[in-house]
Amino acid sequence: MKTEYVLKMEHVSFRYEKENVLEDINLAVPKGAFLGLVGPNGSGKSTLLKCVLGLLKPQQGHISLFGTPIESFKEWHRIGFVSQKANSFNSGFPATVYEVVASGLTAKRGMFRFFTKNDKQAVSEAIEAVGMSAFAKRNIGELSGGQQQRVFIARAIVSKPELLILDEPTVGVDVHHVQSFYNMLEELNEHLGITLILVTHDIGTITEKVTHVACLNKHLYFHGKAEEFEKLGEDALSKFYGHSLHVLSHQH
Amino acid sequence: MFEAIWQYEFLRNAFIAGLLIGFAAPLLGVFIVVRRLSLIADALSHVTLAGIAASLLLGKNFPYFTNWNPLYIGMGFSVLGSLFIEKLRAVYKHYQELAIPIILSGGIGLSVIFISLADGFNTDLFSYLFGSVSAVSRQDAWTIFAIACLVTAMILLLYKELFLLSFDEEYAVISGIRAKLIHFIFIVLVALVIAASMRIVGVLLISSLMTLPVAASIRIAKGFKQAIVYSVLFGEISVVVGLLLSYQLDLAPGGTIVMLAVFILLATLMWNKWKRG
Repeated sequence: MKTEYVLKMEHVSFRYEKENVLEDINLAVPKGAFLGLVGPNGSGKSTLLKCVLGLLKPQQGHISLFGTPIESFKEWHRIGFVSQKANSFNSGFPATVYEVVASGLTAKRGMFRFFTKNDKQAVSEAIEAVGMSAFAKRNIGELSGGQQQRVFIARAIVSKPELLILDEPTVGVDVHHVQSFYNMLEELNEHLGITLILVTHDIGTITEKVTHVACLNKHLYFHGKAEEFEKLGEDALSKFYGHSLHVLSHQH
Repeated sequence: MFEAIWQYEFLRNAFIAGLLIGFAAPLLGVFIVVRRLSLIADALSHVTLAGIAASLLLGKNFPYFTNWNPLYIGMGFSVLGSLFIEKLRAVYKHYQELAIPIILSGGIGLSVIFISLADGFNTDLFSYLFGSVSAVSRQDAWTIFAIACLVTAMILLLYKELFLLSFDEEYAVISGIRAKLIHFIFIVLVALVIAASMRIVGVLLISSLMTLPVAASIRIAKGFKQAIVYSVLFGEISVVVGLLLSYQLDLAPGGTIVMLAVFILLATLMWNKWKRG
């Protein structure tokens, strides 16, 4: 059986002005994977995401989404995105959890169209999938950082994307809730079959959750299954990254 | 008072226009406030004033313009002003708020020049500055009705896009919403409502009818739809009671309407405090 790839990057390079940010990236994410994309700050993680989301155009190389070259890819509703900045929104904004999640359907429904009964059903299901049903009628600003991040994930999955990209989603989430947050992601991956790309600088917490790992620091230093990654051991890792990551992986 | 409304056409016009403005201004106001654009309404109202002054000046010097409704030229200036603001916000990407003082002072500067050319203030101009219960013609009322219908229809049709743009502009852009187009439509609607409101509350006070009811509503509302409902409710109470007081006490309606809106705002703040103990 041929493996279906949700995302494929071939020889992708990107530079801002004269500075190379990404160099010759080759990355393939099979359908149903849970990829942990790790790298220290400034390693080009956000740039890579922007290229995948079509916000930046790499100078070299080739990206395809669901088998379609990104230049001609139109079905953006198949991709959900939870940004790092999601929790820096205006917390005084008068919107309920329900309203925020429903806004994730805006593009799918299209301009001048109203939400349908099925949409309302989808909103309730998405809120339930992230375990926030009890808070549906609360204002978003009243919730904790972790709860808000769950709401933003519900907003990203309400349009039933096949690929969900999360950029450092646990920034601002209470340490005690990080674990249950990752459990929820695992559930989305296993039960709803959503392919996940989780970007993080903290590798220790995710190795047991993810199926694949990619280590980025301008170049892609490692790309493969999570088991293989663990076999590498910490020494190999610290060689790639220097010491910051080494220390982090000991904490967990 | 209510008999007087049936008796005098001008009062009837004022009330119909007031009810329409009391609905449309806070409705747009909710989006203006949550997008932190409150001052844009102020800038546009001053540009509208320049349009009205220009219209009065033209009417004085050229008989052809004497019967023109100043509302139309005011509206034209207001819409042009809104386009300039958008242009300036694009030019000063990192200082977007600069567009507001530029347009606002430009508007006042133009107004002052036109007013002095027309030999200073007259009562007509005064009614545009602070509103009047006797100045609304039947033609004005119809124009305001058309604008209110347009605003309501556009907000209904673009509600989910406007909500997403207000809540999270970055996400809206990533998900492929036509942000620029929708923002453009929105700002033109704001310009039209400002021009339409000046007969009732006056150019100088219209922005308060767009912001004060919203300021009160977001303190007590659960969710965005409720915020809209409360805002419109507070706007209508301010306008209706304000017009009644204005007629009874022979005061400019702009003043009574805005003071009622301030009173409602204070009341909700106190209610909030009392409820939280």
